[in-house]
Amino acid sequence: MIEMQDVWKQYPNGTWALNGISVRIGKGEFVYVVGPSGAGKSTFIKLMYREERPTKGHLFVNGFNIERLKDRKVPLLRRHIGVVFQDFKLLPNLTAAENVAFALEVIGTPKKYIRRRVKDALEWVGLADKADLRPAQLSGGEQQRIAVARAIVNNPQLIIADEPTGNLDPDTSWGIMKLFQRINDRGTTIVMATHNREIVNTLRKRVIAIEAGCIVRDEDKGMYGYDD
Amino acid sequence: MTIRMMGRHLREGFKNLLRNGWMTFASVSAVAITLLILGVTLVIALNAEQMSNYVQGQLEVSAFLKDDVSDAQARQITRQISAMPGVKSAEYISKEQGFQQLKQELGSQYQDILGGLSQKNTLPAKVVVKADDPRQTLAIGQRIAQLPGVEKVNDGKEVVDKLFRFLDLVRNIGLAFVVGLVITAMFLISNTIRITIFSRRREIEIMKLVGATDWFIRWPFLTEGLLIGLIGALIPFVVIVFGYRTLYERFDGSFLALAFPLISADRLAGTLAEVLFGLGLFIGLWGGIVSIRRFLRI
Ligand SMILES: Nc1ncnc2c1ncn2[C@@H]1O[C@H](COP(=O)(O)OP(=O)(O)OP(=O)(O)O)[C@@H](O)[C@H]1O
Ligand SMILES: [Mg+2]
Repeated sequence: MIEMQDVWKQYPNGTWALNGISVRIGKGEFVYVVGPSGAGKSTFIKLMYREERPTKGHLFVNGFNIERLKDRKVPLLRRHIGVVFQDFKLLPNLTAAENVAFALEVIGTPKKYIRRRVKDALEWVGLADKADLRPAQLSGGEQQRIAVARAIVNNPQLIIADEPTGNLDPDTSWGIMKLFQRINDRGTTIVMATHNREIVNTLRKRVIAIEAGCIVRDEDKGMYGYDD
Repeated sequence: MTIRMMGRHLREGFKNLLRNGWMTFASVSAVAITLLILGVTLVIALNAEQMSNYVQGQLEVSAFLKDDVSDAQARQITRQISAMPGVKSAEYISKEQGFQQLKQELGSQYQDILGGLSQKNTLPAKVVVKADDPRQTLAIGQRIAQLPGVEKVNDGKEVVDKLFRFLDLVRNIGLAFVVGLVITAMFLISNTIRITIFSRRREIEIMKLVGATDWFIRWPFLTEGLLIGLIGALIPFVVIVFGYRTLYERFDGSFLALAFPLISADRLAGTLAEVLFGLGLFIGLWGGIVSIRRFLRI
């Protein structure tokens, strides 16, 4: 699903964010990416959906060779990847259903499929009854559920999440984690950067720890390992 | 691109227009004013061209006779001119006939002005001469001027030249204005679209994340530019065609008492539509392209 071979990333200002990353993530895996602030977790994740390009090294995602991928083809890569962020990234003037539908509309999905799939996605995250409310009328947890619904509505093989529970209280965070677990149960690969020690140590998965741009630990059913 | 997509881009373009109404208003006004000036210049230029063609075929020499030349002598001079090589026709117009002609040309509205004049008839008698070849008019005029009894010759060229020089000036000033204004309008449009892009940056970000193509993201801003150009062209087009039709009907198809025929309003509308809508859409599209390249960065 994802393969990195000696990947390096330098930002235009000169900062080296990744220093020789090699890793393989198989189909259907659930992976936490942990590490101190500024270690390079977000950068590691951004390479996967081609938000950033590697400076050196080889990188394959969903069968796409990211090095060779033309700008024009990036949308094709992203249509098979769902992304979820700490700040939800919902459009404030659209309803929950419209926010989810937006992701399908802008990639040219025929209208007749959109309704059905939006309904399914909202049911999947348990918010079918709030379909017509706007983000401002929803709690943080509900907003994140909408964002998750938007990420899965196109049935991607890979979900990438950057601190999806970063803005949520513990109870709400668990609700979101249960969603990710169910998505993973369907066979979808999940890569999640997180600072949430309780979650990593309870819902045990593969843990990749990054420090100063290098992978310092990679273990199945690993622990969080930091005390921040 | 499917019809459904085109519909969406157009709809989004419209939403963009409404989203920052005042900037849209400013841009549309800039395009409209630019094209209004261009349109008026065009109307003048087209009529001037038509006028020049018309005058070429009408060019004639008026030989004004000295006041002491008698009627009989005048007829003698006329015969003399007729006999000159290259002269097509020579017609004697006495003081009285000249006055009647002027009266007719000016029409009933100006009868009052002539009222005082009718007593002491000050128009000189003249011989109106036409050349076989209009380009020979000048040479013939010079020869006629040397005849005894001829006071002075007016070959009309001077007046026509002056008129054309004036019309050229009008056209050049108009075009200079238009060039400056086109640049201003493009700048305003691209600035308007820049603001739209800024106000929609979240949508753009999400579109990119979920895999919308670059062109899908760009089109609404291009249609925004095109719509500004289209509306900006429609306004001056309607104003000029309507205004010209009204004037045309009032003047009965000719310019002043000079009896220059004007271009018909229908023929003008065709040319005007091509130029105004063509340039309007071009300005809009260009403004859109500039802001997309500079501010959308995809
Ligand atoms: N766009 C950028 N331009 C320049 N430097 C950047 C950019 N983005 C990140 N960096 C730098 O790269 C390094 C890694 O940043 P990154 O965002 O990947 O860290 P992180 O592990 O996600 O941190 P956090 O846990 O705080 O989110 C940091 O030193 C950061 O300052
Ligand atoms: Mg980060």
